[in-house]
Formats: sequence, C-alpha cells, structure tokens
Amino acid sequence: MAISEQFKRSADTRPLAIEAQGLVKSFDGTRAVDGVDIAVPEGAIYGILGPNGAGKTTTLRMLLGIIDPDEGVRRVLGHDRPHEIGRLIGYLPEERGLYPAMKAIEAIAFMGALRGLPLAEGRRRGMEMLERHGLAHAATRQIRQLSKGMAQTVQLLGTLVHRPRLVVLDEPFSGLDAINQGKLEGMIRALADDGVTVIFSTHVIHHAERLCEGVAIIAGGRVPYAGSVEAARDRIPAQVRLETRAREGAWLAALPPETKRTGDFFHFALPESGVEPLLRQLIEGEAGILSLSIERAGLHDAFVAIAGEAAARQLQADTQRAAA
Amino acid sequence: MNNPDQAMIEARPRLSTFEAAWVIARRDFVAVLFSRAFLFFLLGPLFPVIVGALAGSIGGQVQREAVSMEIGLAMSAEDTAAMLAARAQLAQQLGSALPPLEPIAEAAGDPAFDAPAYLEDKRGNFGVIVTGTLDAPELVGTAEATARWRGPIELLAATVLQAAPATFPESRQNIVASSAASERSNRIATAQAGQLLLFLLTMLLAGMVLSNLVEEKANKIIEILAAAIPMDAVFMGKLFAMLGVSFVGITVWGLTGAALWWAAGSAVAEAGVVDVANLPAPAVGWPLFVALGITYFAMAYLLLGALFLTIGAMASTVREVQTLSMPVTMLQLMVFFLAAYTITQPGSTLEKAAIIFPLSSPFAMLARAAMDETLWVHAAALGWQALAVAAIVKAGSQLFRKRVMKSGSAGRTQKPLFGKRHTAPEPAE
Repeated sequence: MAISEQFKRSADTRPLAIEAQGLVKSFDGTRAVDGVDIAVPEGAIYGILGPNGAGKTTTLRMLLGIIDPDEGVRRVLGHDRPHEIGRLIGYLPEERGLYPAMKAIEAIAFMGALRGLPLAEGRRRGMEMLERHGLAHAATRQIRQLSKGMAQTVQLLGTLVHRPRLVVLDEPFSGLDAINQGKLEGMIRALADDGVTVIFSTHVIHHAERLCEGVAIIAGGRVPYAGSVEAARDRIPAQVRLETRAREGAWLAALPPETKRTGDFFHFALPESGVEPLLRQLIEGEAGILSLSIERAGLHDAFVAIAGEAAARQLQADTQRAAA
Repeated sequence: MNNPDQAMIEARPRLSTFEAAWVIARRDFVAVLFSRAFLFFLLGPLFPVIVGALAGSIGGQVQREAVSMEIGLAMSAEDTAAMLAARAQLAQQLGSALPPLEPIAEAAGDPAFDAPAYLEDKRGNFGVIVTGTLDAPELVGTAEATARWRGPIELLAATVLQAAPATFPESRQNIVASSAASERSNRIATAQAGQLLLFLLTMLLAGMVLSNLVEEKANKIIEILAAAIPMDAVFMGKLFAMLGVSFVGITVWGLTGAALWWAAGSAVAEAGVVDVANLPAPAVGWPLFVALGITYFAMAYLLLGALFLTIGAMASTVREVQTLSMPVTMLQLMVFFLAAYTITQPGSTLEKAAIIFPLSSPFAMLARAAMDETLWVHAAALGWQALAVAAIVKAGSQLFRKRVMKSGSAGRTQKPLFGKRHTAPEPAE
C-alpha cells in the first residue's frame, strides 16, 4: 500500500489505526470519491483537508462503514468491517443532531449505550464529563433548552463517553465560536495524549496545521497528498525575504533568476546550496543588507501547490463563509 | 481502562443486532410513552365511543319520541274499556306488537266527534284513531298508519268479541346448544368479530410508525445511529418500541372497555347491541383464541409496521408522510377485505392465498382459529410471518441506508418522494 509505505519510510513504527486503499464511491453516476488512499497511525491526530464537496464526508462514512465503497479496501483498527468494532469508535457527524426532548445527561448516556456502554455507567461518566466542562448545571436540562454551543459540547461528550480508541470528527469546528474552537482543540490534543487516534475533516487550514501530524489533502474526490504535515510543507522550498540599502549593483546577479521585487524587498526561494554563499556575495557586492528572513512554507502554500489554485480559492471561500 | 464496563467494551467490540435494537426500542418506548402526544393518542379512540354513546342516547330518545305514536280510541265508553282490557290480556303474548291505546278525552260522550278533523288539526300524538264499534271498527289515519295497525286493532276487537282464542296453549321450548348450521354460522360471527378487532387495532396503531424515522431525519440523529449500529437494528428497535406502545394502548383501552362493560354491559346486552358474554366459542377455545389473537396482532403490526416504516423512511417531511398515509390506509383496507372475504371459503385457493400473502396472513389465520381447531397451521403461519417481517426489515433498512446516506449532510440532498428537490443538489462532501 503506497500510503502506508510512505509512513513506513518516515520511520513511523506505530501500527496503523486506519488504512484505506483505492476507495471509490459514486452517487447517481457521479464519482464523489475517486480512489482515495489514507493511512493513519495509531495515536495520531490526522486531518482530512479539502473544500466543501471534495469528498471528505463520503470518505469518512466509508471508513466508518456507514456506506460501503464501490471499490477499494479499508481496514480500521485491524478490522476489515468497521461496523464490527462500533464500540471502539466515536463519531461526530457534520450535521449535529440530538433528540430535543432528551435531557443532556440522558443524551450522553444514550450515545454511550449505542456503543455498548450500560446506561448507568454512561450517566456516571456523562456527569463527570459535564462537570469537567463546566456544564453540570445543564445535565438535567432538555437539549432544546441548551444553547447551540452547549448542545454541540453535549454531543461531543456523547461521542467520547464510551472511551473509544478511534475518534472520527466531521467538521468538528464548524458552528463553534473562537472560544469553543480553542476548547475543542484542547480536547483533541488531550485525546491524542491518551493514545486515542483522532481523525477529523476540515476546510480550515489552520486547524489542521495546528493540530495534525498527518493530513490527507482531498480535492475533487481525489487525494493528491497524504502524509505528514511537515512533509507537505517541505514540498515547497522556504522563501527568502531580503531588504537592501543599495538599489543597483553587481550583487543583483547573485540573486536567483526567479527573484521577485516588491518595493524594497526581494523574494526568492531558498537556494539548494543554502543562504551562506549568497550572503557572502551580497556582502562583497556591498548590497547593504537591512534585513533577511527565511520563511518556511505554511500548509496553505503546500495546499496551493498540491491541490491547485482553484481548490485553494474554494477552501478560502468556505472558511470565510463558515466564519460569516 | 480498568473499569469493568470498559473491559467489556474492549472484549466484545460490537453490539449484537438484538442488543442494538433493544437500545433503540428502550429509548423510543420511553420517549413516546412519556410524551404529551401519547396521552392524546390514548384518549383518541375513547372520544368516538363517548360521542357515539351520547349521539346514540340522544338519537334513541328522539326515535322513541318519534315512533311512540299512540292509537286513539274514540269509541263508546264500553267499547273503549273492552279494547283496553283486551290489549292488557294480549300484551303478555304479543308485547310490543300491540300499539299503546289511549282513549281520547274529547271524544268521550260525543257521537259527533270528527276524527279526521282532529288528526288534521294535529292534536294529540295519535297515529290512528279508532272509531265505530267493535263489530265494525273504523281506523282513521294515513294510509301507511292504518295499514300498519289494522291487524292489531282487528285482533283486539275480535278478542273482545271472543272471535279469537281467549286463552293460548302454553308451548314448551326444547332448546339444543347448536346444530351444524348454527355452529358454522356462529363461528363465522366470531371469526368476523376477531378479524374486525384485529383490523381496527392495526389500523389505529400501525400508522404510528409511518412518521417514526422522520424525527431522526429532522433532528439529524440518523447518522449517529447509522454509524453506531446496523440499520436493521434501528428498524427493529423502532418497530418493537411501537409494538410495546401499542400494547400499552390496548391495555388501557381494554381496561376502560372492561370497566364500561362492568358498569353498563348488561344494559347493552339487554338492548341487543352486542352481548360479548354470549359470543359463540371459537374452534380452538377462548384462551387459545385470545392468545393467538394477541400473537397475530403482534405479527400484523410488525408486518404492516415494517412496510410502513420503510415507506415512511423514504419521506423527508411530515407533509410527505401525511400524503403517504392515504395509500397506506387503502392497502390496509385491501388486506382486510381479502382476509374477510375468505372467511366463508375455508380451504379455497383464495383463503390459501390470503394465508400465504404475509400482510393478510394474520387476519386469515385468526379467522381460521375461530373456524378450525387444527393448531399446527398456526405455528407454520407464525414462522412464515416472522420470516416475512425479517425480510421486510432487512430490505427496508438497506434501501434506507442507500437512499439517505448519499451526501455530505444526511438526507439534505435526498430527493423527496414527491415533487422537486427542496434544495439545490450539493456535491458529495
């Protein structure tokens, strides 16, 4: 499997929580997912990054066994049939849903019961979790009486109450304000610290960049890149930003041919030989270096390079729409 | 991970279909039972009974008043007294076949009493006025009324004149429990009553499941369920929850009915409306018939419910569910008519077809239990019906899974059953 080999090459010796190869799914003759390969090591936080309509949810649903792929194979926590290990998985779908008349504590216990946790134990754990998140007062309130943020938190707690080994979150940050987004990031990190594998889909790059050690970039139902965030960023050479006192001089010839000039600044990719030979020439040519910075490419740059400008623009539009 | 519950989860990482169905059934049962709507649902069937009783009472009173016309007597004082005495004498044998007689006060001692004018003036409540003598009584009234009362009046006059027997021989009655003709006829009545009750209950209760999955779709819970447990467990759980709710309803209605019967049953029986205590015994005996009735109700409910759940699951909105309810009701009626038609044709091809066709099978088999004492056929039929329930649930859940989980948001891009899409199609997420 190409992707798992990629992880193996990166000296990651952890077993894989999720392996998927060549997943294909069509709806009414339209290919929603077209040959997706993903490998997620156990204990990792993994992001599926792509614009709306890229095939993220369909991919997650296939991984969870909610729908079956038309082609391809998947292996989740060592099982070929994800439905058979339902008790080890927690899933938060993109469309949040709870029974409006149910009390918060009962909703958590019910979600645990769906995963095999006895109701009494679900209530006990649910109460602990609500207390930990400052929502103990909401335990006996009906879902319809809670704010949207509180209801989302209750659903997330219900997703985790049975202490799954794999947590799958579909667009978990959508609809949350900045404070709750920060809390959710903390929860995801805490899960990973406990050895839980977390895979989430998002169209917001900075969530993936901040949290994930691995990402699958998905666009148009395909995955042009799957691997570590570091490796994705390394695909784009670091950018050098140079400011000089002198405007002209023989030292200009030392700059790489693709250098762009914006006002007093020169921008160019870091040469393979490094910055030291260039510095020497600039000093000898009396360029008068005012500032020089080397900026490593971000995940956004990597996304643009990998998925293309159009996908990046759509991703940005989705993010702005969600923020609005 | 040292918690025993957690250890159990780790050791057996999958709920069985029945365990998962139990989780759903428990939630739905409690949610429905403790909802305000269920109270109204329970009271619903009692309203027609109350309204019917009131309407019947009022109607009865009106009818009694409308038909309680009397026969006025405008004869001589002696003849009038003789007619009244004859009526009293014959009333023991003829009862209500004789009209009530009332001497007309205005006619007493008035040989010129004008009976036609009296009636045309619409005085009194007389349908007919008898004038003349006992030898030649004259009935004054409308053609219909005189034709109706002519015989009884002549009989009364003849009795007075001793032209008819003054005493009647006392006949003996030698009653047998049944004859072949009467037993078949009686059991048909029991079979019809059983089928009708079964039909009314399934009609009343099975429709509830039509809208059952709309809540999950509207509240977007369906994907959580679909991710956690098999969809057939969701279907099964919902069906059994609603069956449980139905049994609660039947228990409440049954107890209410029993209480009403205890309070007024004898009066109802005397009035000749229905006499439950004297319903003809079914072929398999009452205890087994009741047990089979409950079992066949459960099967009829599960069969129709599974079908309705599948149909209802295809609906996206409550409005679509409402639209669906008409053809569904028609289907119920057709199934009932098929089974009802075959009651009088035991062993016919049509009856066999009604038994084999899963949806009509419980109805046809309950009729069989009333008519025929053979028991093994019930075991076979119940097995067949259970198989059909499982098949419908499996097919329905697969169809539902395919149809609903198509795109980024559960059911959001689902094509409605009727009309155009509610929203523009969205690409898969």
